[in-house]
Amino acid sequence: MDYFLSEEQEMIRDLCRQIAEERIKPVRAELDEKEEFPTELMKALAQADLFGIIIPEEYGGLGGGCLENVIAVEELSRACLGVSTTYAASFLGAYPVILFGNEEQKQKYLTQIASGEQLAAFALTESASGSDAGSIQTRAEKKGDEYIINGSKQWITNGGEAGIYSVVAITDPNKGARGATAFIVEDGDPGFGYGKKETKLGIRASATRELIFNDCRIPADRVLGREGMGFVVAMRTFDQSRPGVGAQAVGVAQGALDEAAAFARVRKQFDKPIITFQAVAHMLANMAIQVEAARALVYAVARFIDSGAKDTSKVSAMAKVFPTDMAMQVTTDAVQILGGHGYMREYPVEKMMRDAKILQIYEGTNQIQRNVIGQELNKEYGRKK
Amino acid sequence: MKIIVCVKQVPDTANVKLDPETHTLKREGVASIINPFDLFALEAGLRLREQAGGELQVLSMGPPQAAEVIKQAIEFGADGGLLLADRAFAGADTWATTAALAAGVKALGGADVVICGKQAVDGDTAQVGPGLAMRLGIPQVAFVKGFREVDGQSLVVERQMDDGFDVVKLPLPGLITVVREVGEPRPPSLKGKMRAKKYQVPVKGAADMGLDAAQVGLAGSYTQVVEVFAPQASGEREMLGGAPAEAGAAVIDRLVQAKVIMVGS
Repeated sequence: MDYFLSEEQEMIRDLCRQIAEERIKPVRAELDEKEEFPTELMKALAQADLFGIIIPEEYGGLGGGCLENVIAVEELSRACLGVSTTYAASFLGAYPVILFGNEEQKQKYLTQIASGEQLAAFALTESASGSDAGSIQTRAEKKGDEYIINGSKQWITNGGEAGIYSVVAITDPNKGARGATAFIVEDGDPGFGYGKKETKLGIRASATRELIFNDCRIPADRVLGREGMGFVVAMRTFDQSRPGVGAQAVGVAQGALDEAAAFARVRKQFDKPIITFQAVAHMLANMAIQVEAARALVYAVARFIDSGAKDTSKVSAMAKVFPTDMAMQVTTDAVQILGGHGYMREYPVEKMMRDAKILQIYEGTNQIQRNVIGQELNKEYGRKK
Repeated sequence: MKIIVCVKQVPDTANVKLDPETHTLKREGVASIINPFDLFALEAGLRLREQAGGELQVLSMGPPQAAEVIKQAIEFGADGGLLLADRAFAGADTWATTAALAAGVKALGGADVVICGKQAVDGDTAQVGPGLAMRLGIPQVAFVKGFREVDGQSLVVERQMDDGFDVVKLPLPGLITVVREVGEPRPPSLKGKMRAKKYQVPVKGAADMGLDAAQVGLAGSYTQVVEVFAPQASGEREMLGGAPAEAGAAVIDRLVQAKVIMVGS
């Protein structure tokens, strides 16, 4: 379907599709099997300027918005969610700097992210603090013109691979949600290190690792925004990034639909291609309906965000939860249509199904997304009385 | 460092067919592409620019629509280019082509390094690179597979040979032709694509570069293509039986006898 993209947006889509077909597809199974970080692919994406998409032009980027981001992420995800997670996580780490960084911080960090010279990462989750983000324990104490950080962050995408980390830590335990602050931590900062690299069900090309802060000392000018704004930084970041997770879902589901439809046309049983059986055709039809509906939602929300709309939490959550639930269903159905073939590693759909599951979990579980939407509805209908 | 990469627009030979009546290439509906070996030349040039700094210009000779390959090169990261397009250039063999390209290199202000693909997939001569070096009066190394050292005075390169490679020091200015081992071409870049869209490709003809029409094109060529034909399928065939290992060995023996392949010592 035509979404009336600008010439520049079509250029991004076509280039990402070309890279996905020529570079990512041929290596995705091996990266998954070996649980290998896609260093070469990240270099290719950097050479193609793709790390600059959402970075303002004055910092070496292309100045695109949420729509440009979702177009790129969707196309890369169509080939491999592990690769697209690595790519998108760099933007997740960059958003706090774009949204809350001061001029010096933007100049120093965004230029490195835009060129692909450094990957970025975002660190909020801890071992005892997932959905209940307010319960994080990592402490940052100001001493002179430095902050001393102690604690650890869990399941951080691009952990150990990124050079730039946006980290949320507690600066005043007595202030509750207003006691958290966001910091930039650099790879190599004294007292900053990495724990074990996780082994995972899916998105195995992406690196997921623990961050360890052991009397980690950083200069005081690494604060993003002001002290106490940590959760505001996190929430505004998620408002921007969640449609990107929706775009990952649209991409992987489209990839699964492509595989299932192509297979159903050539696979013969009872002397006929299985796509001619209504049971299979209806499954494919439902998959196609769901993918297109999710894409329309993601693009519409991205355009709404790019219009400069203020309160986007509800629709951002919608653009995450609907596509990701859809992707789990569509990738599972793709495995079903391929039958025994689908369950085997020679075909790409079992990987897509394994990969899709994380989309319902990360960047806020789909249960938390529904909480956000519910709270917003409560506010909205409260005002209407 | 000033780098000039020569590129040629060729029919996508993966899909090209001969007209059985006229024995000419059926060009209708066949896409034109950058000669694949020239993509390696471009990649080599981009890597050299990354290492040594400077600028990279692209040079091509062809009909006006060959401006497309220069725009494509800009998508990959070239700084600019020049197209040599003139009716007088038509029908050029490799000798006449090098006359035009040498004038093109001079029109671009010369270069420290000229890079060509090892050959074009339509003509397959592999003569234009070395011929151009001769016309320019500069040294050349063909079949380069990698760089070792670069400075303002010289380039140390690895030259692909049948049984390994040579390490050769090339004084600059000089010319190299490259093989695919020089490095996988990068994807085009978004900024390059945006620049290419707006880029007006400069075009020069023979007279613009002070070339006599008798030196270029068909008039300046020593050779002419009289006929192009597809070899007749003879229909002769031989079935080799036996176990796969034996049959395989028998195939090798036949190919060696027919001098299709050579067995190294």
